[in-house]
Amino acid sequence: MIEIVSRERCVGCDKCVEVCPTNVFDTGADGVPSIARQDDCQTCFLCEAYCPVDALFVDPRSHPLPQPPDERALAAAGTLGAYRRQIGWGRGRTPGARLAVGPALNRSGPPLTS
Amino acid sequence: MTGALDTDVLVLGGGPAGTWAALAAASAGARVVLADKGYCGTSGPTASGGNNLWYLPPDGPGDARARAVESRFEQSGRLADRRWMARVLDETYRRVDDLAAWGYPFPEEDGVQLRGSLQGPEYMKRMRRRVHRSGVTILDHHPALRLLVDDWGVVAGAAGLARQRAAAPWTVRAGAVVLATGGCAFLSGAFGTNVDTGDGHLMAAELGAELSGMEFSAAYALSPAHGAHTKGLMMQFATYTTEDGAEVEVPDPLTARTRVAELLAAGERVYARLDRAPRDLRAAMREAQPNYFLPLDKAGIDPFRDRYPVRMVLEGTVRGTGGLRIVADDCATTVPGLFAAGDVATREPVSGAVSGGGAYNGAWAISSGTWAGAGAARFGAGRARPRAVPAGRAGLEPGALDPAEVVAAVQAEVLPLDRNYFRTRAGLRRSLARLDALWRRVAAEGVAGTGRDRLRARQAAALTAHARWSYRAALARDESRGLHRLVGAPTRDEYEHRILTGGLDEPWTAPEPPADPRLGPPPVPWSADPVHESPGALA
Repeated sequence: MIEIVSRERCVGCDKCVEVCPTNVFDTGADGVPSIARQDDCQTCFLCEAYCPVDALFVDPRSHPLPQPPDERALAAAGTLGAYRRQIGWGRGRTPGARLAVGPALNRSGPPLTS
Repeated sequence: MTGALDTDVLVLGGGPAGTWAALAAASAGARVVLADKGYCGTSGPTASGGNNLWYLPPDGPGDARARAVESRFEQSGRLADRRWMARVLDETYRRVDDLAAWGYPFPEEDGVQLRGSLQGPEYMKRMRRRVHRSGVTILDHHPALRLLVDDWGVVAGAAGLARQRAAAPWTVRAGAVVLATGGCAFLSGAFGTNVDTGDGHLMAAELGAELSGMEFSAAYALSPAHGAHTKGLMMQFATYTTEDGAEVEVPDPLTARTRVAELLAAGERVYARLDRAPRDLRAAMREAQPNYFLPLDKAGIDPFRDRYPVRMVLEGTVRGTGGLRIVADDCATTVPGLFAAGDVATREPVSGAVSGGGAYNGAWAISSGTWAGAGAARFGAGRARPRAVPAGRAGLEPGALDPAEVVAAVQAEVLPLDRNYFRTRAGLRRSLARLDALWRRVAAEGVAGTGRDRLRARQAAALTAHARWSYRAALARDESRGLHRLVGAPTRDEYEHRILTGGLDEPWTAPEPPADPRLGPPPVPWSADPVHESPGALA
């Protein structure tokens, strides 16, 4: 589930509020969106993909963590915004879709994107 | 948007089926509004994941398409339809050509594009852009709660709430409606499916729409035990083991793993490890499927090296097959003015009794969306809608029941493997008795919630209805076939037909009547006939 909206990185564009398919975020009075309905998060990582400044962290577990993870450690490890990087979104990156070379991996079977 | 809009075609749902429908309707010259419960571009399982496509060029080797159709027909429990399969192959091929022309970044090999699969976020981001540029009005975070119906009983729009605008009510009057609201995964959390709560099925059934194939709803997918990440295809490289490390013997780690389900149903722990993946391909696999590996990376699991516990998550009629019955080539439902596309429609035409997960559903979304959009444009453009009024009932008005408790009560009947994956006649009857009682309470006492929580209330009613149709159809199919596994009951020839269901307070089932051979080839749908644009033609 979504665990972190980095106050340090967020530029207040509200893109996450707009794109979250299950309406987890609310706009914040100070410009930084809040995780208003964490229980509705379906762990689809799409907010992470759309955030232009890598300010979000979605944990893979489908339940809230007892303590939010350590933002500094995640930032240092390059884990904030990792999904955006891995699918090749953002300036200067190669779209991941171009690398989804399924059929070459296993010619007898189906391509590898399902 | 709040207040009222007027349009030729209203599309409900902004996943692949909805966006293809909107494009087809717009290119036919119709004015189009697309309303999504969430955000068109991220809503639904395709945007989260992606899919293969049932994609065969017409100039393939030999009679590749004919052979694909024949083999799929046998695979489908002989309930698919060869003519529809051929149509889907043809339409999908042409529409994927469009995608390529619009610049979708397909991978290339030796200068040739590989068009057999689509990466979800990229695909749906581009579909949204295309829809927007086609002049379609997109309404994000505008869940529809009910359909409008006019004096003639023809669907004439929809109404709902704008959940990011203080739940303000909205109404769109329309000449025709395309439902593309997805299947129903019962809020199981399965990757990207929580917007798929069966709202469209409920709205349609309230106007008398029929459903088909609802017994083929026991689709489960494997995910790591800590999450609900049901990306499937990598599991073709899996070895499964039990707690003590013993290998679980399965005929196919991807498609035939009933033994894994048996162990999980019995409460045992089962582990997976992708140790069958060829070493030299592992780096490329990571690049090809980041959304499979990232969640494991974040959890500190290297799936090639570590064994990790798995569970099975219900995907219901998302990866299952059942949905609204289609009665014409333009994906018309049994309700005039209402068309169905994608997972809200039955996918029996291409999948019969088995899962269409991935390739077949992906191709179906593209083709059925295109046909439904064109059909709705023909039907709806310029049509008069005398006195359109909102229809529907269950869960619409504030009441006493807690929506979370209603959802939990439905989930208790449909999520457990020993109730739904392995079905028994007695178990189905017991579940139905409880679900019927729950439905009566929902109808009589109403569901609580104000503002945007009206959506939760309506979803709770939709899940209840969906579970009842699924289990009623399951009881009517007294055999096992495809996704419907009735313990101890083998496949029987006399059930080689589809099963229809419908109704709310008094649900019913019926075998689909066989096509009358004296009638010759299927008739051209009447709504496709340009002389029949006036609703008077309904008589």
